[in-house]
Amino acid sequence: MIVKLSVKGLHFSYGSAEILQDINLDIRDGQVVSIVGPNGSGKSTLIKCIDRILTPSEGEVVVDRQKVSGMKQMELARMIAYVPQNSLRVFPNTVFDVVLMGRRPHLGWREDARDEQKVWEVLGLLGIEDLALSLFTELSGGQQQKVLIARALAQETGVILLDEPTSNLDVWHQIDVMEILRTLVRSQDLTAIIAIHDLNMAARYSDTIIMMKSGKIFAAGRPEDVLTRENLASVYAIHARVRNYDGIPHVIPLKQIPRKRGRV
Amino acid sequence: MRRGSKRAGVNLKRARTGKLPKIQQEHSHAAWKKVVFILALAGVIVLATGVIITIGPIPITIAEVYCTVIDQFVPGIFSIESMITTVVWQIRMPRIAGAILVGLGLGICGCVMQAVLKNPLASPFTLGISSGANFGVSLAAVFGITILGGPYFLVGNAFVFALLCSGVIIGLSGLKGATSETMVLAGIALNYLFQAMNQLFSYIASDEQRDVMRIWGMGSIGGLNWNSILVIAVVSMVCLPLLYSKAWDLNLMTVGDEAATSMGVNAGHVRIFVMVVSSLLVAALVAFVGVIGFIGLVAPHVARLILGSDHRYIIPAAGGLGAILFLFADVIAMNLFSPSTIPTGTVMSVIGVPFFLYLILRGRRKEYWS
Repeated sequence: MIVKLSVKGLHFSYGSAEILQDINLDIRDGQVVSIVGPNGSGKSTLIKCIDRILTPSEGEVVVDRQKVSGMKQMELARMIAYVPQNSLRVFPNTVFDVVLMGRRPHLGWREDARDEQKVWEVLGLLGIEDLALSLFTELSGGQQQKVLIARALAQETGVILLDEPTSNLDVWHQIDVMEILRTLVRSQDLTAIIAIHDLNMAARYSDTIIMMKSGKIFAAGRPEDVLTRENLASVYAIHARVRNYDGIPHVIPLKQIPRKRGRV
Repeated sequence: MRRGSKRAGVNLKRARTGKLPKIQQEHSHAAWKKVVFILALAGVIVLATGVIITIGPIPITIAEVYCTVIDQFVPGIFSIESMITTVVWQIRMPRIAGAILVGLGLGICGCVMQAVLKNPLASPFTLGISSGANFGVSLAAVFGITILGGPYFLVGNAFVFALLCSGVIIGLSGLKGATSETMVLAGIALNYLFQAMNQLFSYIASDEQRDVMRIWGMGSIGGLNWNSILVIAVVSMVCLPLLYSKAWDLNLMTVGDEAATSMGVNAGHVRIFVMVVSSLLVAALVAFVGVIGFIGLVAPHVARLILGSDHRYIIPAAGGLGAILFLFADVIAMNLFSPSTIPTGTVMSVIGVPFFLYLILRGRRKEYWS
């Protein structure tokens, strides 16, 4: 198997606080990879370090055997796309304009017919052509998420990073977004790396799960190997049952494990 | 997985048959309308120039106006009375050209500042740049502290202190943890500080000094001549293309720094570049015409309300609207209580504010302010 993206000895700190410590990863081509972990465990930070939105203090990210640190931001934008958790809404953009932004790393000064065609193509791929002239801010959460995914697709990268794409959505739309992602990874030759809170969504749609705890990788592997009672107890401090259903592990959280005295 | 690829196939086939789906037709139609709107703005400016110059005690026809202007650049085609040339070109035209250039520059600077600071309240005035310039003028008027000698000593002071103000704001962006909100708030704070200083100065100033400060503070293009217009024009010709070259990056920055970075645009660099270039232009403009508050805030908003938020369209539209707004305000200022004139800045606020309130309350894009 080809390694699409690897992270080597990555450290990141805000001031004196180390957020990420010695992260090492090899992610294969054509996979859905979920990063799970409690709040503050470093999921989003790791994703931002991979796309160099944040600059790691140590370590290296390698995409398609090229070091990210040696690339210009524009070159990197042709290899990795990023879907943020929420989008700023100061000024209203149409859906078409939002998706066209994804063409920026491929543009000269003017967009040509090919760029526009690409936008229509990805809008069609996600079945949201009809929204093209609507304002992004007027869409529902699920539609907005699809538009942001469309923008990442328009970027024509091999890797897509997503920061909690399902966190503001109802169950129907959570499944919708995850189905879309899995379909795209299979059909468009992509690798998706998703920071996600919902363990059952992660279990169901991922090839690999990376579980983080306090800035370190605690466990990584297939969902059934990572989502175990013991791991949930030490990472999330919860008692949980894990049931296998259709060959997919399902986590049923039961109760918190009381924290040690002195830490409230 | 098949569903996805099949849909893409269908879409491509449709495109290949040459007939676009309805939504795509609508989209290209909308793009054309935007281009037509911008061209129409340019047309209105040219027409309004012709009409406005004819207003005055000496009767001149619109045709004579255009002939005189063409004659200045390509002499010898028309024969024009020297009196008409003098009135059109030496007396009335500088004011018109000044209004167009200042309106254009302030409209565009407001537009790009709002985009890089991601704040609809940003403008050369609200960020304190105009007040900074005013402070420079007060220093010269009251204490005789000047940077340039000669007839342009007020201009020199205004320019330097306008730059000082934006320098502080831009300098803040280099500090760790500074966001675009920090910059806007710092600008607003500086605005208050300079205004307070101006009030203090006017308190201790003599009547004559206070007049200089008061007139300058109200903003007027009456003092412009071809020399000062040349300076403004040269600065504009350097700065405006530089700002427009960032139109794409500004689009990306309105969705947030992190998203912009992930699409290859270094948000921090673009912000500083745009702030430096637009501050230079604003400083040059306010140095010559004084405090003109309204255009830089409103012209970009009107452009956004009409054309959406693609900066490749709204930068020229904000400039055109700024120029038109200023032209019309100046006509009213000159002629309403003729022969005495009212300050242009005052007129602009009086006619512009109700118009602006109407536009934002009409509610076509009410989510704009959410």
